[in-house]
Amino acid sequence: MEVILMSETYEHYEAVVVGAGPGGAATAAKLADEGIETLVLERGVDAGAKNVSGGLLYAEQSAPYTIDDLFPDIRAAATERPITEYYMQNVAGEKVKEYDLTSLHEHDTAWSDAVLRRRMDSWLAERVHERTRETGGGLLTGIHANGLLRENGEIVGVTCDEIDPIRADLIVAADGVNSELARDAGLMDWDEPEEWFQGVKATVDMPAVDDRFGIEPDEGVAHLFSGDLFEGVRGGGFLYTNTDSLSIGAVFHLDSLVEERAEPHELLNALLTHPLLARWLGEEYTEVEYAAKLVPDSKKVAHTSPHKDRLVLVGDAAGQMQAQGPIIKGMNHAVSAGALAAEAFATAKRRNNPESAGKRYERKLKESGVMKKLRPKRYERLRPIGEREKTTDVVDRLLTSPIGRVGLKAMDSIGLVERLYSSPFMSMSIPDTRTPYVTLPTVIAEELGAPVRDRSTVEPPSLEERIGELTYDTDIGNPHIRLRDSSVEASGTAVSACPVSATDFGGGCYREETITTNGDTKHVVSLDTQPCIECGTCAVVADTDWEHPGGGKGVEFTRG
Amino acid sequence: MSIHSIVLTKGVPDFREGQVSFDEDGHLERGKTPTVMNPNDEHALRGALQTKVRHSGRVSVMSMGPPGYGDVLQEAMESVYADDLYLLSDRELAASDTWATAITLATGLEKLGVPDLVFAGFKTADGETGHTGPQTCWALDLPMITHVVSIDVDEAERIVRAQRLVEGDVEEIETVETELPAFIVVDPEFDTSYRTAGERLVLKDLRERTTDRAEEHEQHLTTWDHEDLNLDPDYIGLDGSPTIVSSVDPIPKPPAERDATVVDPTDEDGMSEVFEEMQPLAAGGD
Repeated sequence: MEVILMSETYEHYEAVVVGAGPGGAATAAKLADEGIETLVLERGVDAGAKNVSGGLLYAEQSAPYTIDDLFPDIRAAATERPITEYYMQNVAGEKVKEYDLTSLHEHDTAWSDAVLRRRMDSWLAERVHERTRETGGGLLTGIHANGLLRENGEIVGVTCDEIDPIRADLIVAADGVNSELARDAGLMDWDEPEEWFQGVKATVDMPAVDDRFGIEPDEGVAHLFSGDLFEGVRGGGFLYTNTDSLSIGAVFHLDSLVEERAEPHELLNALLTHPLLARWLGEEYTEVEYAAKLVPDSKKVAHTSPHKDRLVLVGDAAGQMQAQGPIIKGMNHAVSAGALAAEAFATAKRRNNPESAGKRYERKLKESGVMKKLRPKRYERLRPIGEREKTTDVVDRLLTSPIGRVGLKAMDSIGLVERLYSSPFMSMSIPDTRTPYVTLPTVIAEELGAPVRDRSTVEPPSLEERIGELTYDTDIGNPHIRLRDSSVEASGTAVSACPVSATDFGGGCYREETITTNGDTKHVVSLDTQPCIECGTCAVVADTDWEHPGGGKGVEFTRG
Repeated sequence: MSIHSIVLTKGVPDFREGQVSFDEDGHLERGKTPTVMNPNDEHALRGALQTKVRHSGRVSVMSMGPPGYGDVLQEAMESVYADDLYLLSDRELAASDTWATAITLATGLEKLGVPDLVFAGFKTADGETGHTGPQTCWALDLPMITHVVSIDVDEAERIVRAQRLVEGDVEEIETVETELPAFIVVDPEFDTSYRTAGERLVLKDLRERTTDRAEEHEQHLTTWDHEDLNLDPDYIGLDGSPTIVSSVDPIPKPPAERDATVVDPTDEDGMSEVFEEMQPLAAGGD
């Protein structure tokens, strides 16, 4: 006789929050402050063990909530350095033109700190556990919520690998860019490479940040890099100063990465070994962690109605990542959204109508101005013109022509280029074409830049060494990704686009293999998930069944 | 309501490779071999912890042995988040057999006040008799369930329901129940998965509360000697042990099944002999 366990017998919490990043932490803290019984489920062995960001954390003056509203001690306890200088480096070969974008960085900014996610998120998680425990809930690590629990077709809870399903009146998917819950609900997909960025990052040991950058311990610097650094791949680089390390990375448009068949780790190396960085990196280069993540492009995928039944999406899971030209903001929006979702549920509960939480959350995202930042109207209006290949061609040809170059010089002589770059208004309408990412900065550097005199001695580790330095707890015999179609046509792109795979490298996740059967030679793609860093790139560019590994399994980032 | 459980544990020589040390005659060198908690007791501890997580209450751990067993009890405190530790320790208790040990443990348990559940592991790694648990149980006159793989306590009815392996056979499981207090011998197959968030949160609370306490485990350790237990030296220790050990034979090493010839790879003649020897194997083709 088959025993059917009635779902009524499952554990129930008023709210279950999946994911203990800044979005989940903010949601849970606010829920707990409202006296709502809140359970937080985090799949990492520790909060932050799965999380990667550039990462600058902003507190915006106009934001409905900032992270220090919810966690007042965070800056003293868990962030790195406040970023007090912000530059854009336009690069063409070895010529560089620097613009000071500190005023853009400071626009609407109460403060902005560099952060390392393992340190910050694990600190947040401890606070969240203390606060949610008082409500009868708490925070558990090592639990992988793998999908939604439904009853009569309606979402009523979550299912997990390690524990029995959990019912809740509010389900918060703060499970990141590869949210399994958002996908289960049909709210997000993994279809179009043009909707995503891929970020790769090296955390570099640097005990003497103050000396190298000429700053005080309570100061920090950010540099952005654009131009011809990345072999025509649309994207930009960044360098942020942490307390005693640097975060150096690059963010690429995934469709451009796919189109160029570029290897992200090599593009990162192009930045690391550029002579411009030699003055900061010096002779000694010690890379402590290599990491990567997929980044949603909020202009295209920020969900305008991120809820369904009792489920709400928060942060990357809802596509709430603002990457518009030199403005790169994600965590702050996740915090705002999370707190708004909690507020929405608290009100809905008080009005005896908990089902209305999703609609209230959606309204709050709009009324608070968060949605306007994520999906700027100006970009949407200009996109049909700005992103047409013809327009790009015309603008690019004009820019690179003698007339364009003279014009540029004239504009620069009165400081107009720097001012335009510094305009948040302009940034929010930048089209996703090669013009702003490659052509313009290259021309700027060629016409206005000065050659860099330093020589780089940096030798970045090989991909094999980078993978070797990472910590894994492999779920042997239970791979979390399955290739549905191993043909080169369907999945071959993963070999180059996956940040831990490369053509001619046998130790990565994806490789191309030649199989000969009965004299027939076939090229196929094979997959070994052992070195996977769970970025989700292959879910977009290859034909896979993709889910996260079980709780505590897979890669464990120590910096993030 | 809550349940008071007590776990009986023993310190045993660490028989793991690299830890254990034998003399030339094959006798265990106690001085050179570290003492650890009997591996099977871990299952008893897991059982007690699960009961505590599900029903709250208190877990005590008791052992009999030299003062150095405090470390073993600390290990127990760390793994089971025990509330208090008891060590029955006295020169008069030295060289006890299972009978004398059982009498001593039972007296300790009575002094403590017989708890709701007494947990014991399935035999120790050194004696391997499997007698001490049942004999202690007999001395206390408690109902006993052995080879237990899962338990379910009904606090209101004061009943424990247990699933046990029949004849130690994993394939066959029976469910039995008895009144509290009861004696539970836990099988290595005991299932301690925590399938609810609530249980895991309690476990996390216990871990947080106990980490610091285990550091200062001495403050939670009570040591009783034979006078504290009001035991007559004639009935405990070597004098109280009816077991006679006639002789101890070291276990002979198993004979090597194959003969090995050592060949220096730089020795050309030797190597060509190896190849000649291997020739017929290569020719076989499978």
